[in-house]
Amino acid sequence: MESMAIVANKKRVNEEVNVIQESQKRKYLSDAFTPKGTIKSRSYITISVVSFLLIFLVWWYECNLGGVNSMFLPSVASTFESAKHMFLKENFLFDIWMSVQRVLLGFAISAVVGIPLGLLIGTYAPVAAFLEPLFSFFRYLPASAFIQLFILWIGIGESSKVAIIIVGSLAQIILMVATNVRNVSISLVEVSYTLGVTRGSVFWKVLLPKCMPDIVDTLRMVLGWAWTYIIVAEMVGASEGVGFMITQAGRQFMISKIFVGIITIGIIGLALDMMCMFFKKILFPWNED
Amino acid sequence: MAGYDHIDSPKEVDYYVDDKGNYYKLHNGVDIINVTKQFETKDGMVQALNPVSLHIRDKEFVAILGTSGCGKSTLLRMIGGFDQPTTGSVMFHKKEIHRPSAYIGMVFQSYTLFPWLNVHDNIAFGLRQLKKHTPSEINDIVHEYTELVGLKGFEKKYPKNLSGGMKQRVAIARALATDPSVLLLDEPFGALDMQTREVMQELLLNVWQRSPKTIVMVTHDIDEAILLADRVVVMTSRPGNIKEIIDVNLERPRNWKIRNTEEFLKYRERCSELIRQESMKLIQTAS
Repeated sequence: MESMAIVANKKRVNEEVNVIQESQKRKYLSDAFTPKGTIKSRSYITISVVSFLLIFLVWWYECNLGGVNSMFLPSVASTFESAKHMFLKENFLFDIWMSVQRVLLGFAISAVVGIPLGLLIGTYAPVAAFLEPLFSFFRYLPASAFIQLFILWIGIGESSKVAIIIVGSLAQIILMVATNVRNVSISLVEVSYTLGVTRGSVFWKVLLPKCMPDIVDTLRMVLGWAWTYIIVAEMVGASEGVGFMITQAGRQFMISKIFVGIITIGIIGLALDMMCMFFKKILFPWNED
Repeated sequence: MAGYDHIDSPKEVDYYVDDKGNYYKLHNGVDIINVTKQFETKDGMVQALNPVSLHIRDKEFVAILGTSGCGKSTLLRMIGGFDQPTTGSVMFHKKEIHRPSAYIGMVFQSYTLFPWLNVHDNIAFGLRQLKKHTPSEINDIVHEYTELVGLKGFEKKYPKNLSGGMKQRVAIARALATDPSVLLLDEPFGALDMQTREVMQELLLNVWQRSPKTIVMVTHDIDEAILLADRVVVMTSRPGNIKEIIDVNLERPRNWKIRNTEEFLKYRERCSELIRQESMKLIQTAS
């Protein structure tokens, strides 16, 4: 009798535990969907992997069971086959290296020119009046519209490809860095004046250190955009590069090669993005977000 | 304790002459002479402050009490040199204040610590700017003020890891470390919860009683004003003006216990009465 009572009791306790766990699960789910709520980083990674898998699944389904013509959509297997061939036989790594080099060079020039200009615009109103409308205009000029002009002006060498990347990123960096500086709260500047900072040095002592992490964020975003200009840049008389490869494959109707090119661009973009985020965390451990 | 010279201010004068040719004798401390302030808005000019005159003595603790939007912060900002009066003048030690500088310290309601500096470096920031001390002296001063505000052991923490109350304690220590002649406090505890606020008030009280300096504090907390100040300046609602100046003759050194004394309650009643009148005015003009 006694042991039965214990067993029954245990069962009840287990049930209660289950109910609690169940309700906690439900609570976690409803919490997760609170506007601007957060989730555990493990859940984040899991969910993001699921989204990639889902795309793969749809792709795989459409090719094998959905009856889509492989002329329009290459199968997963043939894309992998193409990738293998390209990396092993066609020296695709060299294409990637050339593309990365072009983008990074163009982006670096944009950053070196753009960051100081953006800082000046954000700090001094007269500079803003002089340069901001001008670059707001430039910002909307499509990089592809400059292909012919650059060929005319600087030929079909490396510099015209780099120039396309600069057109795509310079104005963005300038305007976004200006916004980064403007976002520094005026109280921070005012309080620094009461601590002996002068108008001449407030830029170095307060504005610049405060907005450094935001500038890194700006660079991260613009680097992403600059990277997407690789196709346009390599339309200018290139004979190698990921963008060039995609254009060539398009002409020859080799859809699976286009797919490899696009996926490669995506992966490298994502890697650059994660690198920037990593550096931001290492360089600015004090950053508030 | 002379504070800092204002190197680029105009010459010291004994009298202030306004545009109508009236003379005003100047004192040591802060002289606020017929100061008005107008703001330009979409709907035209707004009178934020009617002519205000007030003399704040050296080493006096003055609290400015008023309803929100009465121009009390505007007045404080003009003493700090952040804003210029539309008419009239703010003088300190017989010289006009025309820009912020290290002889007038400030603690804002919003958190204004430098996020890239840890607690120690935040407090040391002003001392390093002014270049009046050797590094080892700076270290000693920073230690002293870190201890004074009860943040020993937190020196290496960044502001993002501090609570609101701790952030304001660092802000106070940072403002005091450079030994300014005047300290301006713009609702420094306004963003803190009730319990933290009371602790902070007592901390400020003790700091000031240990080494008095001229403090002007803007607040809408009546108890805070009476507990801390030598004089409470009650403002009218917009356009701001001085409604009444109350001398708080409570014995010093004070502590939190005086909140329950009969005298304190009398002061509180008087202040509440005045503030209530102004609040009612606000409500009536709004409807």
